[in-house]
Parts: sequence; structure tokens; C-alpha cells
Amino acid sequence: MTSTSDGVGPPSPPGAMEWIRKNLFSNWYNSLLTILGATVVYFTLINIITWVFNTADWRPVTVAPLLYLVGQYPREELWRAGISLLMVTFLVGMSWGVWKRYVRAFAIFMGILLGILAVFPLETTTITLPIRAFMLINPFLIYLGYRIGRLQSVHGRHVATLWLITLLLIPLVILPGFENSSLLPKVPTTVWGGLLITLLLSVGGIVLSFPIGVLLALGRRSSLPVVKLFSIFFIEVVRGVPLVTILFMFSIILALFLPSESRIDRVIRALMGTVVFSAAYTAENVRGGLQAIPPGQVEAAKAMGLKNFHITILIVLPQALRLVIPTIVGQFISLFKDTTLVYIVGINDLLGIGNAVLNLNPEFVRLQMEVYLFIAVIFWVFSYFMSYASLQLEKALGVGER
Amino acid sequence: MSRKLLIVFSVVIAIGMLATACSGAQTEVPATASTGEEVAPAVETVEVIKTVVVEVPAAGEAQPPEIIQAAGYGETLQAILNRGKVVCGVHTELLGFGYLDENGRNIGFDIDLCRAIAAAVLGDPEAIEAVPITAADRGPVLQTGEVDVVTRNMTWTSKRDAEWGNFTWITFYDGQGFLVRADSGVTSLEEMDGATVCVTTGTTTERNLATAFGDAGLTYEAVTFEETSAVYGAYEEGRCDVATSDKSQLAAVRAGFQNPDDHLILDITISKEPLTPAVPTGDAQWLDIVKTVMWGLINAEEYGITSANVEEMKSSENADIRTLLGVEGESDWGYGTLGLEADSLAQAIAAVGNYGEIYDRYFGTEGIAFTLDRGLNNLWTNGGLIYAPPIK
Repeated sequence: MTSTSDGVGPPSPPGAMEWIRKNLFSNWYNSLLTILGATVVYFTLINIITWVFNTADWRPVTVAPLLYLVGQYPREELWRAGISLLMVTFLVGMSWGVWKRYVRAFAIFMGILLGILAVFPLETTTITLPIRAFMLINPFLIYLGYRIGRLQSVHGRHVATLWLITLLLIPLVILPGFENSSLLPKVPTTVWGGLLITLLLSVGGIVLSFPIGVLLALGRRSSLPVVKLFSIFFIEVVRGVPLVTILFMFSIILALFLPSESRIDRVIRALMGTVVFSAAYTAENVRGGLQAIPPGQVEAAKAMGLKNFHITILIVLPQALRLVIPTIVGQFISLFKDTTLVYIVGINDLLGIGNAVLNLNPEFVRLQMEVYLFIAVIFWVFSYFMSYASLQLEKALGVGER
Repeated sequence: MSRKLLIVFSVVIAIGMLATACSGAQTEVPATASTGEEVAPAVETVEVIKTVVVEVPAAGEAQPPEIIQAAGYGETLQAILNRGKVVCGVHTELLGFGYLDENGRNIGFDIDLCRAIAAAVLGDPEAIEAVPITAADRGPVLQTGEVDVVTRNMTWTSKRDAEWGNFTWITFYDGQGFLVRADSGVTSLEEMDGATVCVTTGTTTERNLATAFGDAGLTYEAVTFEETSAVYGAYEEGRCDVATSDKSQLAAVRAGFQNPDDHLILDITISKEPLTPAVPTGDAQWLDIVKTVMWGLINAEEYGITSANVEEMKSSENADIRTLLGVEGESDWGYGTLGLEADSLAQAIAAVGNYGEIYDRYFGTEGIAFTLDRGLNNLWTNGGLIYAPPIK
């Protein structure tokens, strides 16, 4: 604004006052609208700020942060959740180093957030000094991961493999543990809760439903009638019922059908429900991408002598999946939010823990606004970074720029 | 041509497979999915067959006139001993009855009952697995035997007893009551004539309200809400004169108000809500064990046995007390048949205290949840309804 270009060069950008006059006070009714709008915004903001900083009672949020994070996970086994977090933050750092801008914002945000959490003053005895120290390691670990990820010898596929191993290790080994093990005693999934279970269900749902969805989409376009009919039947039936129904199906009806010896864990049952639901929607999204591939490409590939399998893997799918990234990510975001529904089948996810905290003591019972707002913010943060990453991915792959 | 045929064939095969699948399902599990009514008989049939095959020769070899037990008898206890844990279906978000503390530990009146059972059976009140279940889950978890016992604020009704499982012993007499502002001066149902009442819609609470006012020939204006929390929000804002719900809930809400003393829970009770732990059908021994533990807690209060004085009481003058605590040389209160230790009840009492201690821990004047007058939940000797068969 202060830079003045005398005579030569393009005209300098308009000054602030000029911009305001041009856009907000160009004539009398725009001026009136601006003043009206500003008044409304001012009072809304003032009210929100007074509420947030004065009226609102944030004790339900600050008194038991661990409940929101891990639910009832035994506090003496908390280190296992901590180790899992360390592994994840390290990998986030590595991903930042390898994939740069897709994860940069998230990695930096995560580091800052964990750093703040580590030193945030709380009036609670549940967050001890070791826990704070543990949290403080995470930002440094992200940076360490970043440096390692930037090394020439570290490639994307290494990090992807590490992610896969970690994502299998955490929910299958570290968190549940084993019977009769002194190092990793068994922790039943009934005590898993909070953000932990929300993330496990969403990541598990996304990772498992994606391949199933792609297979269903291919199956629906298959020339084999049985495969095709099954795919159509599955997709249409699942898409025709609400997620709540499917969750109830898996949680209650399935338990009634199965003999008591072959009982499936409650969390697994809920996960099955979300995977089935999400797979059907993924299938339809992917099918949209498949249909956008001109048939000429397939014919050309056939003429080159490629087998059907190779045509699909090498030619059709890569293009189709690139086309549907925005819809798929949109669907994953909605799956992430939909996991709150598992609350109604008795799993204490983030929302369930929120309700439990409201009943922590009589003074909290009426503080729903604070608790639900807090949970909403958590969901927003995760959803926002998911859509941000997808935007970066789209740009890099040049979707819609042909 | 052949392509068309293939399609036709595959359709026929698919339909055929579907048909077999459906008919197969029908013969194997007759309408298991529909209601609990049908489930229980189906399970029983299987079990009776098993008895004939397994139990009869065993009874022949064993000591003289042993009673032939139904199959399933003792299975639950055996499973618990193998597992090392009692699995309880619980609430995790009902203040006072089943909720969490800041460390995520299950606490509450119902949870202590579960811990008492664990202490009696396994000698360790921490040996519980508290499975959070929803209201809709209560029936299915009993029918499928997913949990050993449901201690989740559950009202005993004839239908639930018939369809879901076996109810053990009433541990809490709740009932629908009214919350009014103290300065309104209302004390009786008649004085509420024409009042606006906040109530949750579509629940038995709403029906009980209509019945109570209708029978008394009174009128009221109902302000209904879907959410329980909205009911109390509206009441607090003054949109209605009266809020109605189960008294335990009213007490919890009242404790949360800015000035609890400005609000009163009236003495009127317009419904019966006997809260009772329940066990799955089919194992009479386990049913007896849970019942006996409840009786033990109640009897302990009658005798004045507390978690603090269990050990001294073992040398009490009173032989009944010594029997209850399983002092050596005293008579068997049934532990032999139930597969428990002589001091099982003593363990339970030492772990969670007697009935009154549990009550006071959460609902007493110093209760950590809220304060609720014992009323009907007093011992029968104090004018309440809490009464249990003697332990002897």
C-alpha cells in the first residue's frame, strides 16, 4: 500500500481506504447495508466472545482431557496409547518430508497443537507431568520425521509401508494386547473410547472400505453376470438403508444370529457396519470415474494385446480414481462424522464420552453447549485438514485441468 | 445366443441360491430376529436335549440322590472363573447409577453392585468388564448372553422378565415424581391443577402423567420435548411450572441447578420403577448367586456389618452374622451348592460395603453424585421396602 510507483510500471494496488470506499460504501444503499451488516456482525461477535470467555463454563472440557482422548483406556496402560501417538506423529513428520505440501499444514498444526496441549494450564490432576513431557516429545518427533523424510534415500513407498505397518500394529497389537501377557496385558475394546475410537473407526472404515468399494465398482461393470448381480444387489441394498439401520443390524441382530461362542467384538461389529456402508457409496463414486474413461482407451489397449487385468490396473483405474478424488474425500469426511452414530450401539466414541462427561458431576449436567461445541471443533479440525489435503492432491494431479 | 442363456441361467441359479438361503435360515433359526419372545424357547429346546445326553450318566456315578440340574446350570460361573472377570452391562452416562469419574473408571450405584458380585465370585471387585450398553441393547445382551449380568438402571416388568432374562432382586425403588419451584408452594397433586408440565414425549413418563392427572380429575398443559436435557432447560427457564421424570433423575438435575434449594421434589410418586439387576435365562445357579449377593448386602445393613467392620464382625456374638460372613465352623448359607467360597459375601461387603453404604456413597447427604432421600429404599425395619430373605 505504501509503495508508490511514479509513472512507470503497473498501477499500484488500491489503498485500504480506497478499497473500503469502492466495495463497501460505493453508494447510499450499499453504505446502509454495510453499516447494518457490521452492526449485526459486531453484536454477534461480542456475544460469542463474552459467552466463550465469560459465560461459558469450560470445566467439562478441561477437567478430564484424557477422557476425550482415550476414553476409559486404563490409565496404567496409557503408555500404549502414548507410543501409538508417537508412532503416528513421527510418520506424519516423515510424510511431510516426503509428500511436502499435502501434509505440511497438518503436520505443523499437529505439532503446534500437541505442544500447546503439553503446556496448557489445566486445573486437573489427571494430566500429570510425565504425560505433559510425553506430549512435548511429539512436536520434536514430527520435526525429526520431517528431516528423515527429506533424505534422498527415503521414498514415498517406504513411508507408505511404514504407515501400513503402524496402522496394523496399533489397533491389532499395541492397544488390545494379549491374554496372559505381562508387557501388553489384554485391554478389552469396551474401555476404548473418545477420539481414539473415533479415529480408529474412521481410519479403519476408510482404509477397509476403499478397496472393497473399488472391487464392487468394477464388479458392477463386470461382464460376469453373477458378479455383476451381486455387486448391484449389495450396492443398492446398502445404499437403500440408513447407516443407523446397518449399525443396529450388525450390533444387535448379528449377535442374536451367531452362537455365543463365536461372538464378534462390539467395536469390530460397528466397524463392519461402517465399512459395508461406506463401501457401497465408494463403489458408486468410483463407478462415476470408471464411466468417464472413454471406451476407446480400453479398445486401444485390447488392440495392443493387454490382458483385461492389466487394462484395469494400468489404464482405467488410475485415471478413474484421479477423477473421483474430490467425491471420495467428501465421502470419507462424511464417514468420519458418521462414526458418531456408533454411540447409539453403546460405543463411547467422542460424542459418547462427551455425554459421559456431562454426567461426571451434577454441575456439568446442563453444560451441553460447551461440550458439544468442543466436540464440534475437534471434528471440524480433522475434516478441514482432510479436505485441505485433497485439494492439494487435486492440484498436484491436475484434476479438472485438462 | 449362448450369452443370453448364460445370463438366464445365472439369474435362475442366483434365485435358487437365495431361496435355499432363505428356507435354510427359516428352518435353522425360527424367527430369531423378530423378538425375544421366540428366542428363549428355541434356546431352551437345545439345552434340554443336551441334559439327557450329558447329565444323566454323571448323576448315576456321583453321590446318591443328586438333583439333576438343567443344562446350562453352572456354566456361567465356570465361564467367569475361566475368564477371571464378571462381564456387566452398564450405563456410562447416568449420574449416580452408572457413570465415569475423571480417570475413566466406572463408578455408580449399579457399578458397585457389579463389583460386589465380582468380589463375591472372584474375590476381586476390580475383576469386572463393564460393557457400556444402550437402552435398546438391554434385551439383546441378555438374550444372547453377551453379558453375565445387566446392572444398568433397568425397571423390572413382567414383559421384560418373560422376554429378556431373569430379574434378580430389586435394588432400588424408583418412581416418577415432580420437580417444582420451592416458592410455588405446591405440595400435592391437587395443587398442580392446570399447571404446565415439562415432559419427554413418547415415553411411559408422558403416559403416567396423563393417567395420574386423569384419575384425579385434574387438568394440565403438557410441554413436550424429545430430549431429556431440553425438559430441564425449559423448566429452568420457567416455561413450565413442573417437570416430571423418575425421582432419581429429578434429584440429579436438581443438584445441578444454580440454587438447588429453590427447587423441591414432591413426595408424590405416580409410577413403579423397581430397578433390578438381571441375568440371562438358563442358568439357575448364576441367578441364585446374583440374588444371594444382593441379599447379603441388604442383610449386612440390617446387621450393621460395614466394609470397615467386616473383620471384627466375624467374631460377633450373633451366630447369624457369623454365618453370613462365612466364619469357619458355622453352617452353610448355600455357598456349597452355589459354588462359592464360605466368605464370599464377606468379600463383597468388604469391597463395596453394605447396601446402605453403597446408597450413601452416591445418594447420601455426602453422596458424590447427588442427595436423594432414601424413602422407599430404606430397610423394611426403617419403613422402607428394602427386604431380603435371611442368609442362613
